[in-house]
Amino acid sequence: MNETLPDDGWIGRSLPRAATRRLVEGRGRYLDDHAAKGELHAAFLRSPFPHAAFRISDREAARTLPGVRAVLTAEDLVPACRSWRTQSLAFAGLVSPVQGPLARERAVYQGEPVALVLAASRAIAEDALELIGIDWDELPAATDPVAALEPDAPAVHQGLPSNLAWRTEFGGGDVEAAFARAALVVEDRLVFTRHTGVPLESRGALASYDPAAEALEVRLSHQIPHQMQVHLAELLDLPMGRVRVIAGDVGGGFGIKMHVYPDEVAICAASRLLRRPVRWVSDRIEALMADIHAREHVMRARMAVDAEGRILAFDVDDIQGLGAYSVYPRSSTVEAISALRTVGAPYRFDAYRARLRSVLQNKVPTGQYRSVGHPIGCATTERLVDLAAAARGEDPLEFRRRNLLREAELPWTNPAGGRMAELSHTATLAEFERLLDLPSLRAEIAAMRAQGRLVGLGFAAVVEYTASGPGAYGPAGIPVSAVDTVVVQLEPGGDVIARASVAEIGQGIQQGIVQVVADAVGVSPSRITIHTGDTGNAPHGGGAWASRGAGIGGEAAWGAGRKLRAEILGAAASLLQTTPEALDLRDGQVVDATGTPRLALADLAATVFFRGHELPGGLQPQFTATHQFRREEDVFLTTNGLQASLVEVDPDTGLVTPLRHWVVGDCGRRLNPLLVDEQVRGGVVQGIGEALLEACRYDPGNGQLLTGTLADYLLPMADNAPDITVGHVETPYSGSALGAKGAGEAGTCGAPAAVLCAVNDALAARGAAVTEMPITPAVVLRALGTLP
Amino acid sequence: MKPARFDYARPETLDAALAALAEHGPEAAVLAGGQSLMPMLNLRMARPGLLLDINRIPGLDGISLEAGLLVIGARARHADVLASPLVRQAAPMLTEALHHVAHPAIRNRGTIGGSISLADPAAEMPACMVALGATLVAASARGERRIAAEAFFRGVYATALEPDELLLRAEIPAIASGWTHGFSEVSRRHGDYAMAGLALALRREGARVTKARIALCGIEPAPRRQHAAEAALVESGAEAACVALSAPDAMEGAEVTAAHRLHLARVLLRRALAN
Amino acid sequence: MDHPDEPTAEIALTLNGEPIRARVPLRQNLVDWLRHGQGLTGSHVGCEHGVCGACHVQVDGRVVRGCLMLAVQADGARVETIEGATETGRIRALQDAFFNRAALQCGFCTPGMLLQAAELLATNPAPTRTEIREALSGNYCRCTGYHAIVDAVEAAAAVLRA
Repeated sequence: MNETLPDDGWIGRSLPRAATRRLVEGRGRYLDDHAAKGELHAAFLRSPFPHAAFRISDREAARTLPGVRAVLTAEDLVPACRSWRTQSLAFAGLVSPVQGPLARERAVYQGEPVALVLAASRAIAEDALELIGIDWDELPAATDPVAALEPDAPAVHQGLPSNLAWRTEFGGGDVEAAFARAALVVEDRLVFTRHTGVPLESRGALASYDPAAEALEVRLSHQIPHQMQVHLAELLDLPMGRVRVIAGDVGGGFGIKMHVYPDEVAICAASRLLRRPVRWVSDRIEALMADIHAREHVMRARMAVDAEGRILAFDVDDIQGLGAYSVYPRSSTVEAISALRTVGAPYRFDAYRARLRSVLQNKVPTGQYRSVGHPIGCATTERLVDLAAAARGEDPLEFRRRNLLREAELPWTNPAGGRMAELSHTATLAEFERLLDLPSLRAEIAAMRAQGRLVGLGFAAVVEYTASGPGAYGPAGIPVSAVDTVVVQLEPGGDVIARASVAEIGQGIQQGIVQVVADAVGVSPSRITIHTGDTGNAPHGGGAWASRGAGIGGEAAWGAGRKLRAEILGAAASLLQTTPEALDLRDGQVVDATGTPRLALADLAATVFFRGHELPGGLQPQFTATHQFRREEDVFLTTNGLQASLVEVDPDTGLVTPLRHWVVGDCGRRLNPLLVDEQVRGGVVQGIGEALLEACRYDPGNGQLLTGTLADYLLPMADNAPDITVGHVETPYSGSALGAKGAGEAGTCGAPAAVLCAVNDALAARGAAVTEMPITPAVVLRALGTLP
Repeated sequence: MKPARFDYARPETLDAALAALAEHGPEAAVLAGGQSLMPMLNLRMARPGLLLDINRIPGLDGISLEAGLLVIGARARHADVLASPLVRQAAPMLTEALHHVAHPAIRNRGTIGGSISLADPAAEMPACMVALGATLVAASARGERRIAAEAFFRGVYATALEPDELLLRAEIPAIASGWTHGFSEVSRRHGDYAMAGLALALRREGARVTKARIALCGIEPAPRRQHAAEAALVESGAEAACVALSAPDAMEGAEVTAAHRLHLARVLLRRALAN
Repeated sequence: MDHPDEPTAEIALTLNGEPIRARVPLRQNLVDWLRHGQGLTGSHVGCEHGVCGACHVQVDGRVVRGCLMLAVQADGARVETIEGATETGRIRALQDAFFNRAALQCGFCTPGMLLQAAELLATNPAPTRTEIREALSGNYCRCTGYHAIVDAVEAAAAVLRA
């Protein structure tokens, strides 16, 4: 059902993002660039311990410090705000205790907010935090997810029988039989250390509760303003219509800003309680300890292969570190399910078994972070694939070629339950080989090795589940919108204003939507203004997550634009005494079949809006059009790709240097190839950070966070990121007008696996291998036997 | 993440600064480039009663080379020392080392004297001062004092400076004929503090090393001369020198163990000597 | 920080070409004062401990971390922010190149990145990719992966050389 798009249209063009003209001039308006008259500045007292009972014994000293307006505790917020508990019909029996905006009596993770100071400035609020009298009784903490499952482990929460939050087992096919008849079984244990998203703009809230109107207006740095509208209304017991959430320019999200955190809720509640605007902007120290973390997994995995080198089955066991709560509202378990559903996804196999234990810990909750779970599943799979290729003595790319799903086998629901459709592994592999120029690359590698350099080339085949439909969260009973809505309106001067439920967080979806509307209506992008991110202005819909903007928001934009175009052509035909079919709308001009301009859109709009007395009787043009798109088929849109990483390992220091990286992806139709490429590149470097640098580490003794500053939490910087070559295959999704799928997370999905495989390719010359991320110098030196 | 309150003074003369230090010494923190102090203030890990801003005092930022002595004012910015032809000529080790110090914007403001006075064990400048045999000149209201670099660094953030003393300059014997300098380090990312760093000065006759000065950073709480390794290098060569490197007080860390640090130091020395 | 108890000092400086006088809280850093005291919100606060580079401003002709300098220390200085650099046009080629090459996504790091890149090109009109990466190694960008930024700086350098 793909639409035929004009060859000279705007969709598919690499236009720069109009909005970035403001940003390069320093005219962005991020959360902290806004202020409200009469605002108070907030600072949280956070638990310095991973687990502790506490009693606030004195807040008078803090309260009476000049400039301090209030010192609030959990009890104070009760009249203003409800507590919540993460539950999901998809995860029956999930254990996640009730959570409130501030901890009460007991803190269960380091960084958990326990009190809130409101003052004339942030500095004074921080002064007051030091004056709060609080008696801490530190309790034993469970931090390691494997140890937390032991019967004698400290209890993360009082009164729970164990630290197991949820367990499940799923799969398909006869796993035992597959392993019994396997010619080769490979297995490994992979350890993934927590890391976090670190958007450069931290989270924050500027809440203004109007007690007269009983209405809340809150600015957030968030990916999904409409979701926050739903939950703030729920938690503050307000009608949704009286909650307005505004996310202006957002300085990066990466999943970190798609959750409901205690902090933002507490700020809204405090504004309501004090009847004044309250501002809070997380500092980096707060962010590193209290933003969600992600991807703490211990994976045991094995793979059965037959004598011809065909994959028969996977059998995986995942222990996932969940943190102290399952993140609200979507549940942290989604990450593990996503990881386990991704195992084996690019390949044909007969049987699958996955076991999961999600474990409570005295750590900040983990949650959905860019390419949720996929990098874990992908790295696990690709490690096994390389082991099998090595055991068979064959080229790792040949092993992949043999096992990649062929286009003719699709659609196919694999034994892990993943529905594979409209993938292009064969074409992608061909493009990948062309891009890499493998013969010369291999010669280059051989030459480097001949100089004694330890270099390695690693591959990763990728399938990603993108653009989640209603079937993802709907059946779980979680109020997550998988639809998007776009409203387009013609202005008197002939300009078009679009309002969309997608959210702009830097990925450029506004530009994509504008290009779609331009083609759908027939006006230049320069005449289109788009508004997103404000629930008071944009219609309800899903926001930014799951690489959904193009595939879902794009459809809504197309539908709305076509409706507006039909209205315009109808009105024009009436005025020109012809039929709409005889007219076209191009670049703001109504033209006839010969392309001759007949009526400028600006004139038509002016006539309709200002000179309605001239219109023929019965003509009622509707110059505001809306379209809401809900995909009925395909819970997810699967995308595929291949990545390669070339790394150099310094065997003496253990340092790994990524030299080059290649990606070929198929994300369906690209609305704007330039922006897709940069999404891919940015995602790759995030994945390289995951593979080599980033870790949220905790002291194994006292459970204290050891990576509390950006001097300790290492991010990729300009000089440790490689150049990245990007190529594409386009297989438009057949079930939509535009055929776009998701692209925003593809780079992150496969890069860690490619780097892991590359490092192991390099280390193979020394008979060593690494199975832990990040691959730090210490990990490499231990693998080489240099360090104990 | 805002600093606790402090008083602030910005003396226009050295005498005024020294008088303030005499009065407030233990509660005062000297603010020069601020590139280490300011983060500590923002984190409230440093809570001085008085910030003594020395950026207005004339004459503290000069770089000169006279009669075989390179003199670098304590407030000379890293960027200026890095760009100085005099420094490159007289102490190429410093030029090499400064490439590893943080990033351009930090180097634009950070000072040599600040790095020395702070005495972060992972920092490059203290190890260089030791290896270069620098003399560190400090002043107080009581007068000037000259301290050999080897006696200056006492531990993690600990130096021979008294609370009322201010570092004025480093005096560095210019590199003599036949000597070569080197600096290298291992860090996770460029500009990060070193996991291990090596400051090295060698005198060669032909292929043979006849004299050596070696100091490490990132290994022990304070840099010191590696006398045993220096002697081993002269007497028995590179491999013996590597073995003789020692770090009895090497720092343990969650990510980098003491053994790991010493291993890296040996790697650095082996590589430096192979060049 | 407009509380009567907050100790302050008077400063006089040239800000984006204009001489101004102001009273600043002693403990307020330069970037906080520029943003909240002067409404120049183009410089951003990303870490407040000197790691990320989002707060870069130019002081007396050199790029510095705005979070690692006190506002009171700007007394007597020439301070230029992204707003001022934009007005003078001195970073126009870089801004155009970043825009055209999509060398920014969320844009939070961009003002600091542009000022640092301009400092590089002022001293090195034809930097290699490696030199560009080194010069920008103190500016954290989470979105782009840096490749497009390096491309854009190369492109701007070529424009400026032409």
